[in-house]
Amino acid sequence: MKAFLAAATAMVVITVAAPFALNQIGFSAEQATSGPAVRLD
Amino acid sequence: MWVTCIGILTEVQMFRLLFALLFTLGLTQFALAQSTETEAPAADARASTGGATTLEDILARQRGEKVDNAYRSENTGQGNVEGLLGQFGTRGVASDSDVYRAIRYGSADTTVSSQGPAAGVLIQDGGMWWWNFRTGPLREYGSYIIAGMAAVILLFFLVRGKIRIDGEKTGRTVLRFNSFERFGHWLFAGSFLILGITGLLTLYGRDFLIPIFGKEGFATIAQGCKWLHNNLAWAFMLGLIIVTVNWIAHNIPNKTDLKWLAAGGGLFTKGSHPPAKKFNAGQKIIFWACILLGISISLSGLSLLFPFELPMFAKTFSIANSTGIPQALGLNLPVQMSPQEEMQYAQVWHVMVAYVFIAIIIAHIYLGSVGMEGAFDAMGTGEVEEQWAREHHSLWLEEVQEKEASKAAASPAE
Repeated sequence: MKAFLAAATAMVVITVAAPFALNQIGFSAEQATSGPAVRLD
Repeated sequence: MWVTCIGILTEVQMFRLLFALLFTLGLTQFALAQSTETEAPAADARASTGGATTLEDILARQRGEKVDNAYRSENTGQGNVEGLLGQFGTRGVASDSDVYRAIRYGSADTTVSSQGPAAGVLIQDGGMWWWNFRTGPLREYGSYIIAGMAAVILLFFLVRGKIRIDGEKTGRTVLRFNSFERFGHWLFAGSFLILGITGLLTLYGRDFLIPIFGKEGFATIAQGCKWLHNNLAWAFMLGLIIVTVNWIAHNIPNKTDLKWLAAGGGLFTKGSHPPAKKFNAGQKIIFWACILLGISISLSGLSLLFPFELPMFAKTFSIANSTGIPQALGLNLPVQMSPQEEMQYAQVWHVMVAYVFIAIIIAHIYLGSVGMEGAFDAMGTGEVEEQWAREHHSLWLEEVQEKEASKAAASPAE
C-alpha cells in the first residue's frame, strides 16, 4: 500500500511539475509557435 | 501484479491474434486508400466546360477515385496574363479562385506571423484520409479489439472460474516484490490507466459527453484530459524505465518457458502447475509486450508532445520500404510527407498501439485481481502465500528458500 501511495504521489508531483519544467527550458507552445513579431509576457 | 498474471496461454494467443488483427486492419486501410487513388478514371477533355471541372470529375472524386488535378493546381492565374493585361486588380492577374487553388495546392507565396514548419500550410489537402480514418475505422476496429478482449475474459471466467490455490495454505508468506519493484509497477500501471482513460475520452468523448455536458462543458473536460494526458506521460515513461531495469534480467526466455507453454500454463487444467522461475512464460510475454508497446507509444507520444520537432514516419517508412515487405503487401508507404502528415501518422500509430496495449492490460488486470486467488498480494503487500508460490513459481520459491537457508547457516541464531 505504501508503494502504491508513493507512486500516486510521484504521479501528481511529476504531472504538476512537468509544464513548469518545460516552460523553463523554452518548450512552451507559445514560444514554439509564435513568430519574431509576437511579444510573449 | 506482474506476477499475478500467470500468464497464460490465453494471453499469448490473444496478444498474437489481436496484434496481427490490428496491424492488418491498419495496413489494410492504408492499402485501400492507396489502391483507390491509383484507379484513375478516363481522362476527360473538359471541352464542354471550357476546361473547368466536369460532373464526371466530381463523381469520380466522390467515388474515391483519383482525379488528375493538374488542370486546377496549375491554374493559379499565371496563365491569364496575356488576356488580362491592362486589367490588373489588387491581386494582379489572379482571381479569388486562382488564389484559393494556389493555397490548396501549396504553390501560394504565403506569409504568416506564427512560426513552425506547418504554419505556412493553410490548407492541407492530404489530411482528409486521416480524418476519415481517425473518425471511422480506427475507432471502430479499436472498439472491437477492446470489446473482444473483455468478452474473452468474461468467457474464460465463466468456463474456468477463479483460479484457486489448490493445495493447503501454509500461513507462511514469501517476499515476492520489494517496495521499489512495487513502486515502479504502480507508477507505470497508474499512469497507464489515467492515460488510457483520458486518451479514450479524447477519442470518443465528443460522441457521448457533449449530449450530457453540452459543448462548453465538454470543452472543459477535453482541455483537462489533454493537460493530464500530456503531463502525466512523463510519469509513464519513468515507470517504463524503472520496470524495465527491475525485471528485464528475469524475463529472458529460457527452456522452462517452453515446458510452461506446452502445459498451457496450467490454466486450463485444475491441479496442473508447470514449474516457473520468478516470471513464467505468460508473464514474460506480457512484460515484453509492455516494454515494446511502451517504447513505441512513448516515441509517437513524444512526437505528438513536441509537434513537428520529432518527425519519425517518413524515415520509418523509408526503412520499411527498403525491406520490400510493404510493397509485397500492396502498400505504397509515402517517404515524403508534409509536417501535418507526420503528425497524423504519429496520432494514428499512437492510438493503434494504445488499443493493443489496453486489451493486453485488461487481461493482465483480470488475472492479477479477481481471476486468481492470492495473486494481488504480490503487488499489494509484496508478500505471497507460500503455497501460491509453490504452485505458480516453484523454481523461484526453491531459489528463495535456498538463499534463506544459506543465509541462516551463515549467521546462526545466538
